[in-house]
Amino acid sequence: MGSEVEGGAQTMRTRRGTVRLRGWGGVGAMGLACALAGTLVLALPHKGAGGAKDHGSGVTVAAPSRADADDCNDRSPRPSAKDGPAIDAIKNREVKKLIVGVDQNSYRWGYRDPNKPGGELEGFDIDLAREIAEEIFGDRDAIVFRAIPTNQRIPAIKSGQVDMVVRTMTVNCERLKDVDFSTGYFETGQQVLAPKKSDITGYDGSLKGKKVCSAAGSIALEELEKKSFGADISTTVPNQLDCLVRLQLGEVDAVVTDSALAASQAAQDPTVELKGEEPFTTEHYGVAMKKGSDDLVRRVNKVLDDYREDKKDGWRKSYDKWLKSGLGEVPGPPEPEYRD
Amino acid sequence: MTEGEVEAQVTYPPNGSAAPPGPPGPPGPPGHAPGQAAPTMPTVPPQAPGAPPAVRQPPGTPAAPRRTAWAEGTDRLRAAATTEPGRLRIIGAVLALLVVAFGAVTTWQMTARSAAADDVLHRSQPLSADAAAIYRSLADANTAASSGFLAGGQEPAAVRHRYERDIERASQKLATAASNAGSDSSSAAAVGKLNKLLPQYTGLIERARANNRQGLPLGGAYLRYANDKMQTQMLPAAEKLYKAENERLGSDYGNAKPYPWAAIALGVLALAALAWAQRRNYRRTNRVFNPGLLAATAATTVVLLWLVAGHTFARSGLNESYDDGVRSLNVLNDARISSLKARGNENLTLVSRGAETTEVKGEAEDKFDVSYRALMKRLGDADSGLLGKAVDLADDTDGERPVKQAVANVGVWQERHKAARSSDDSGDYQGALDRVIGDKDDKSVKPTVECFDNVDAALDRALAHEQREFQRAAEDGRGAMSGLPVGAAVLAVLAAAGAVLGIGRRLSEYR
Repeated sequence: MGSEVEGGAQTMRTRRGTVRLRGWGGVGAMGLACALAGTLVLALPHKGAGGAKDHGSGVTVAAPSRADADDCNDRSPRPSAKDGPAIDAIKNREVKKLIVGVDQNSYRWGYRDPNKPGGELEGFDIDLAREIAEEIFGDRDAIVFRAIPTNQRIPAIKSGQVDMVVRTMTVNCERLKDVDFSTGYFETGQQVLAPKKSDITGYDGSLKGKKVCSAAGSIALEELEKKSFGADISTTVPNQLDCLVRLQLGEVDAVVTDSALAASQAAQDPTVELKGEEPFTTEHYGVAMKKGSDDLVRRVNKVLDDYREDKKDGWRKSYDKWLKSGLGEVPGPPEPEYRD
Repeated sequence: MTEGEVEAQVTYPPNGSAAPPGPPGPPGPPGHAPGQAAPTMPTVPPQAPGAPPAVRQPPGTPAAPRRTAWAEGTDRLRAAATTEPGRLRIIGAVLALLVVAFGAVTTWQMTARSAAADDVLHRSQPLSADAAAIYRSLADANTAASSGFLAGGQEPAAVRHRYERDIERASQKLATAASNAGSDSSSAAAVGKLNKLLPQYTGLIERARANNRQGLPLGGAYLRYANDKMQTQMLPAAEKLYKAENERLGSDYGNAKPYPWAAIALGVLALAALAWAQRRNYRRTNRVFNPGLLAATAATTVVLLWLVAGHTFARSGLNESYDDGVRSLNVLNDARISSLKARGNENLTLVSRGAETTEVKGEAEDKFDVSYRALMKRLGDADSGLLGKAVDLADDTDGERPVKQAVANVGVWQERHKAARSSDDSGDYQGALDRVIGDKDDKSVKPTVECFDNVDAALDRALAHEQREFQRAAEDGRGAMSGLPVGAAVLAVLAAAGAVLGIGRRLSEYR
């Protein structure tokens, strides 16, 4: 398995800095990687069982250790526990808390359960953010959550409004120009979500003439702009969940978003499902930080390393708690790749 | 060209009135013209087109070329004026005409003003108040919805009731506004738009609630969508309606208030003519009193005094209702809507948790908090903003007290809001939530909701007070005009009869 990945990474490096390969190219590369990694491909059982809240309709998650050829998932520095200027600045601030940009609209990732008193945010991303706060301040609660819209993630980091963004944010080369990323902590890809009764079959010609919604500043919108199959993609919203509102109101026919988020939408509405066998891109979510704050990035990578390893209280536990019911069994987090 | 004939009726009713209008230029065929005039006609030279033909000559006057009908009539009058009875007849006719004209113009002008005053009281002001109520109810409903969301899946009953009452009131008032909007296109368009959007809005809120109850973040997404609809479409339409109704109120005031100058001038003229006639009478006959003319003078004087005094009272009543009522009501309504919007934004700051930012002096700040601050600034304090204006406009202690209470509560609100913001900024979301929608009865929490409720209640009291002030002053104003149109008409007829009888009495002495 390790050598397969190495091989894949090798090919990637030869392409570094050249034309980005996305869309069908990405799918092709993905298909190739799939074939190579054969046994690793895990097609999840299509299930419709479970309560209305808890079922992920026909979700497939691609092989966890495979990365797209152009995703720049190998640019993060090796982990280190040493403090540096970026961490010192955070620690010496007046408010002795880590300020993290999150989402509060992504069911099971970062959201607020209105029926729980206190209005605390919770979810897979929130667990990870608290893990990082514990590493830096020794306190899981030494944290300030800032809800930020999809297209404000990079501006919020650049302006110093937040120390980092843990918000289902895909690592890619384009974004690496503005921010630094940790290693990938989750693998996902873009997928089409539409009503079960819809004749849309996936990211293909069946989208022709349909209205497709995506979040402003998202990979989904980038992909649609590259190839829309003749769909009307003019509806963009601040948050992917706003697309489900439009879909339920009949203002759009389909939604394109990360399969992980699409699954969380499907979990909130039993009449919609993910279309297509599997996502048409492969992406890793990473923690985004200010460009050049190497010490902080290394520290976060250290947290992620421990998090992946910790079988009892780490990645696996959080996954089982929040995502398993919607996404099914997965072998684990993607393997980290480093630039040094 | 028929003018001469009409004038001629005064002295020559039997023949002149029968004369058909002759065509200009060469005379028509004989037999078509009145008998006695026919023989002289051939001597009349062709007339320039447009000039009235001097068809008939007064008897005894030589046929003069190019005489106008006006000159004709004057001549006849002059002829009549050569004898005293003729003069008396003319004087009697003129007096009667003046007095009747005075009465008619008074009735007409005062009917229009009285109707406008009635509109102010019973139509445009209530409609303007309704429009303000629609605006306020919608803003309040939106605020209640966001409060309910903040409170969690099971929203407090009080918040739910508040929302329902607001929606009920808004739809009720919209129905009234729809039936009154009439052809006023801007009002009608705004009402139509609101009637279309209101059910959409409530539908979105119900969806938000249903999802919220299930613990799904989709509820929050629906709330944002509903809020967006309210902020960007419904409130602007409600504001437009409110402004249109206020303009209508202003124009009704404009129609009710101007002095009836034409009536007053005619009244003065009629009185002067009556005085002159009596003086002439006295000089010629040495009789001091002519009962008929005296009665006419008395009646005319009463109408004139009634007119001037009545309208002055009415005007001052209307002015008072505007200055003490309408102006205060407008400012208070604006203030109340500002406080409602500020509260809504305060809630949304916590609902969105910084999800939406806006650039202020190059720095990204929370959109809703920026908006809250702007609205609170607009609301102002005792010396500035809308509340400052309301304090200035309050003309009695009863009106001033609730405004002062609102001012005091706005001050506390802003302090508590700062504390809530610093809680939120330091990561204590629950603390911030408690400081905004916490338990009012818990003395240790001191939530801003307490201040907002106090401000709202105080402004409600102030509005009720000013509404009463308006009602009282406007009713006084309208009351001062009531009866005037009918009274003026009756008295004018009496005065005219008096004048005719008075002159008739003198005239009878010549028979």
